[in-house]
Amino acid sequence: MKKSRNIRRGFAIGGGILAAIYAFPFFLVLLNSFKEKRDIRNNPLSPPQDWLFSNYLEAAERMEYFQSLTNSIVVTITSVAAIIVTSSMLAYYLARTKNKFSSATFLILVASMIVPFQALMIPFVGLFGDFGMLNSRTALVFFYVGFGVALSTFLYHGFISNIPYELDEAAAMDGASDFMIFRRIIFPMLSPVTATVAIVNGLWIWNDFLLPSLVLTQDLRTLPLRTYVFYGTYTSDYGLAMAGLVLSVAPIVLFYFVMQKQIISGVSAGAVK
Amino acid sequence: MKSETSKKSLKSFKRFGIFAALPLAVFALVLIVPFLRGIFLTFTNWDGFEFDSFVGLDNYVLSVQDEAFWSAMTMTFGYVIASLILVNLVGFGLALLVTIPMRAANVYRTFFFVPNLIGGVILGLIWQFIFGEALPSISKAFSLPIFNDNWLLSPTTAFWAMVIVTVWQMGGYMMIIYVTGLMSIEKDVLEAAIIDGASALRTLLSIKIPLMASAFTISMFLTIRNSFMAYDLNLALTGGGPYRTTELISLHVFKEAFGFGNFATGQSQAVMMFLVIAAAALTQVVLSKRAEVQR
Repeated sequence: MKKSRNIRRGFAIGGGILAAIYAFPFFLVLLNSFKEKRDIRNNPLSPPQDWLFSNYLEAAERMEYFQSLTNSIVVTITSVAAIIVTSSMLAYYLARTKNKFSSATFLILVASMIVPFQALMIPFVGLFGDFGMLNSRTALVFFYVGFGVALSTFLYHGFISNIPYELDEAAAMDGASDFMIFRRIIFPMLSPVTATVAIVNGLWIWNDFLLPSLVLTQDLRTLPLRTYVFYGTYTSDYGLAMAGLVLSVAPIVLFYFVMQKQIISGVSAGAVK
Repeated sequence: MKSETSKKSLKSFKRFGIFAALPLAVFALVLIVPFLRGIFLTFTNWDGFEFDSFVGLDNYVLSVQDEAFWSAMTMTFGYVIASLILVNLVGFGLALLVTIPMRAANVYRTFFFVPNLIGGVILGLIWQFIFGEALPSISKAFSLPIFNDNWLLSPTTAFWAMVIVTVWQMGGYMMIIYVTGLMSIEKDVLEAAIIDGASALRTLLSIKIPLMASAFTISMFLTIRNSFMAYDLNLALTGGGPYRTTELISLHVFKEAFGFGNFATGQSQAVMMFLVIAAAALTQVVLSKRAEVQR
């Protein structure tokens, strides 16, 4: 018994060391964000000689932090909401309609998930550039629905298939329209999938770089884009660059510490299906 | 009778209009149209704006003759294989660690997952500082020779730097999938094994791993797909450097089209990339499913 306790303690300590190694890069970035360049050069591990909070003020101003943060939040929330609405409705249609068209459509949606964005980004830019649809937030949301609808529909579809059809029939008997049945009866039952869909798509869109880098310019830039440009401009001024990175990472990490359980279960449900 | 069927088809048409028309239209316009148009354009002399003739397979011939394309492909295969092995080893190891009943397990799980929340670009920038500035200073101070030089400045170490960051990032994600797999194993089976006197290693190899085979299929599929498509980390950490030696296929395609303006060859290389990913992913799924069934 004693031996197994010792082994367990060994694992606990080993895990602690591993967790520390995992967190080490973040720790270094945070620590050095308060320092002066010379101070970092001398020893990146030392505590700051004097704490330079001014790095943060300057970084926030130069990367137009609040504007980029707002852009990211608006784009992410709108896109996620649009994906939830469109894909839950599409999944409901596909799960309840038994014909060749709907099964073929479902098959195409599933198959499309293996197409990487890179395989179509070049004609994509040509096509939507011609329509004058680049550099607009609405267009970006529209694109995210297009790229996100397949996986989300797939997630909803599995769940809806398990909801007994009798429920729809009973409601129809009571005179509810198709849309009312979906809106009042089916959709509220989907909330576990909706949580998964929101988390999987939210993380993807929040962190996405390639698509917005092709679509957005200047004032509309999201946080990752702005951080990348900012870092490139101030690479040599480490303290400032580190403060920029902390500002960029902070919102999602804080969100994670609040919503940890939901995020982890959402991520595992989204991957395992 | 006739009016009944037409009424029915009107109703199903209406249903389609309410629920499916808009999502499918957006999907088709954003994904299907550019994808098909992209394949079509590789057979033309497209210059990014227009084309005036069909050129058969010329773009593919040009692509295949492009040495940088092959070096990016080779680099990508190396990167995928290294990531596939290391990410899954680490992910599975972490999963075993955080499922040991101990108080700190949940805290550790939280830590291991954090890198996943952050996009590849930001992670790349963080590690640019770590490899370029922090580690060399630290290793001089403690005289650890391995990090004396900036790893990002020479091809081999820059490649491994990318792999390290990838493992650090994706390991925690795969951990979650493996944890789900480990949790799904029924307690009775494990108890029976312990009563029969099976060692921890024996239980792991003969019971746990076979019973959670589908977690391996999923994780390996996701690792293969994600590392074949890796772009953000590549861009932000090494930018393909030094001298384009660590350029992965995505970044290569991007540069070919938007950097050098070779839209048609860039697109043919993108199509080839798609075929490679589809083939690799299908092969892996078929092989894993076969292994799952055989046990």
